[in-house]
Amino acid sequence: MSDEKKNKDVLEEVTTCEYKYGFVTDIESDQAAKGLTEDTVRFISKKKNEPEWLLKFRLKAYRHWLTLKEPEWALLHHPPIDYQNIIYYSAPKPKKELENLDEIDPELLDTFNKLGISLEEQKRLSGVAVDAVIDSVSVKTTFQDTLAKHDIIFCSISEAVQNHPDLVKKYLGTVVPYTDNFFAALNSAVFSDGSFCYIPKGVRCPIELSTYFRINAANTGQFERTLLIADEGSYVSYLEGCTAPMRDKNQLHAAIVEIVTHDDAEVKYSTVQNWYPGSKEGKGGIYNFVTKRGLCKGRNSKISWTQVETGSAITWKYPSCILLGDNSVGEFYSVAVTNNYQQADTGTKMIHLGKNTKSTIISKGISAGRSNNSYRGLVRVSKNADNARNYSQCDSLLLGDKCGAHTFPYIKTGNDTAIVEHEATTSKISDDQLFYCQQRGIDKEKAIGLIVNGYAKQVLNKLPMEFAMEAQKLLAITLEGSVG
Amino acid sequence: MLLNIKNLHVSIDGKEIIKGLNFSVNKGEIHAIMGPNGTGKSTLAAAITGRGGYEITEGEIIYKGEVINEWSPDKRANEGVFLSFQYPIEIPGVSMTNFMRTALNARREYHGQPLISAKEFLKKMEEKKKLVQIQSKLANRSVNEGFSGGEKKKNEIFQMAMLEPELAILDETDSGLDIDALKVVANGVNQLKSDENAFIVITHYQRLLEYIVPDFVHVMYDGRIVKSGGKGLALELEERGYEWIKEQFDD
Repeated sequence: MSDEKKNKDVLEEVTTCEYKYGFVTDIESDQAAKGLTEDTVRFISKKKNEPEWLLKFRLKAYRHWLTLKEPEWALLHHPPIDYQNIIYYSAPKPKKELENLDEIDPELLDTFNKLGISLEEQKRLSGVAVDAVIDSVSVKTTFQDTLAKHDIIFCSISEAVQNHPDLVKKYLGTVVPYTDNFFAALNSAVFSDGSFCYIPKGVRCPIELSTYFRINAANTGQFERTLLIADEGSYVSYLEGCTAPMRDKNQLHAAIVEIVTHDDAEVKYSTVQNWYPGSKEGKGGIYNFVTKRGLCKGRNSKISWTQVETGSAITWKYPSCILLGDNSVGEFYSVAVTNNYQQADTGTKMIHLGKNTKSTIISKGISAGRSNNSYRGLVRVSKNADNARNYSQCDSLLLGDKCGAHTFPYIKTGNDTAIVEHEATTSKISDDQLFYCQQRGIDKEKAIGLIVNGYAKQVLNKLPMEFAMEAQKLLAITLEGSVG
Repeated sequence: MLLNIKNLHVSIDGKEIIKGLNFSVNKGEIHAIMGPNGTGKSTLAAAITGRGGYEITEGEIIYKGEVINEWSPDKRANEGVFLSFQYPIEIPGVSMTNFMRTALNARREYHGQPLISAKEFLKKMEEKKKLVQIQSKLANRSVNEGFSGGEKKKNEIFQMAMLEPELAILDETDSGLDIDALKVVANGVNQLKSDENAFIVITHYQRLLEYIVPDFVHVMYDGRIVKSGGKGLALELEERGYEWIKEQFDD
């Protein structure tokens, strides 16, 4: 379909919708009116040309959401969110392309350079027209060819709904049901787009899905939904996010990620989150409420979460594993950095249901400025989970004396054979450490970066190679100016 | 003159520790600073290297012809001042290799030189490790973490060898060392010694000075240098202790 025709269709659709559902829709911007009603949900589903079952799923989620209250148990403080003051659907609009890098916020450019992001990529990330040489479309095609050869499905979830409805229907909402929590219900009702990935039996995905993702989906949505299925004996390493500072005009983000691994399958899911954290004075910034959960459905399956969280004004996020299959393994490696007025309440849940299941939790919190950083984790061993093992290590590092670090570990075991270990430490970057580095010629900023990276090494080592390097720099940049 | 300290007064938390100290060092010299505990020897090292919390209330530290009172510690280091710490600091998760490379490159950056290549760096590491008889695996361990007392001190000398300072201050590098480690440390210093650099060796005991032979020995007492002499002074102190010095100045 030509673009022109597509645009025309969209326009028609919008006008129809406007009429049919009584929307006041600005045709030019192609977005829904502010606020959330059942009509909004229908509008979104219609815009995306979704099958009836998906509309029903959304509507059930919406109706359930109405009965829920925003959770208040997290150690987070923010003014109340007005859910009726949010635009829930806005068609992807071609952004105004900038002529050259001179038009970009110099602060942003500075960060790009510190991260060592290539010029071409800088342009792409900030919306400058990219030279044909590095045309992302051609890169995409190359990747798609490789993936197709292995029958790997990797596309947007909207495309998957159209082209692989059976798979989506079979798995959507099975790991994170819409009843799970307030934000999960909200996402289920209004999710805009996201990624879908299916790795067939016995296939080891030959590429990090990161590279592709980075090039093609830098602009992730406000209500993103990701579904990842690893069939028997398959493997995939998936990377979400970007180390580059991400600006987004939407303040509220509520994403869902669901992972299912069948027998002997393994998924390694890495995240680098660097959304706008707000100003140094604590104004603005993204509220990031994310539900991420993996189901180790099959025997000997494994799900490993690695996250580096440096952005957002508020992070509420607990990537979890349900260890259902016998001998299945769950891992959670996390570095969460907060500076200035940022708040993070993050951690994991490891639910041991199968026999001989194992989980490992390594959490490294780093707080600076006037920020607050909490680890919140649950390890639950059910009655039938014989010989379950968990090892948890939660470390907090404080920079300065105005920030806070908190640890809330919950352990529930219903089986006598379980072995659960929890270790926690809190430390500070000492003046002695800084002076020692400085005496060797390393300036204060670099010294902080060095010390923090050393502290977070265990987790950074779990990231795909090229990203580990960038993440290291990112940590240093995030903490710039945090010590006197 | 490499270092010239004039009428230096240093306070910690408002309490004056160094009370009008004069001291100078030329290239090619080794100076030993001795004296009883609590007379300001380590404070002097801290003041020269710019450690936080040590306030210079009066006087000047002139290094290579410039007053460096206000220089940051890293600037001083990059200009060639090195301190072998009395209590080396642990930095978990940062390998010695990474630490040294960062330090070397910081220096190069400071002087506007290109960064060191991986090959050149590794070669240098190997060479300098031999100098202080440091075990290979030490370089892959985190900075000072889990090192024994002797290993920590050797590691300081190793770093000194890597950074090739113009002015090296050894703050009680001999304390807690057995005789073998002491010889290794001294041997390292002697090999690095040249006409282009100088050493200030702070110590309680004459023992180290059997291996690192000083050109000058100074005695510090109550925040000042009260007596200077040749290496014979160290022997005299060893024999007579510090009491006679104290008696002279306690009036």
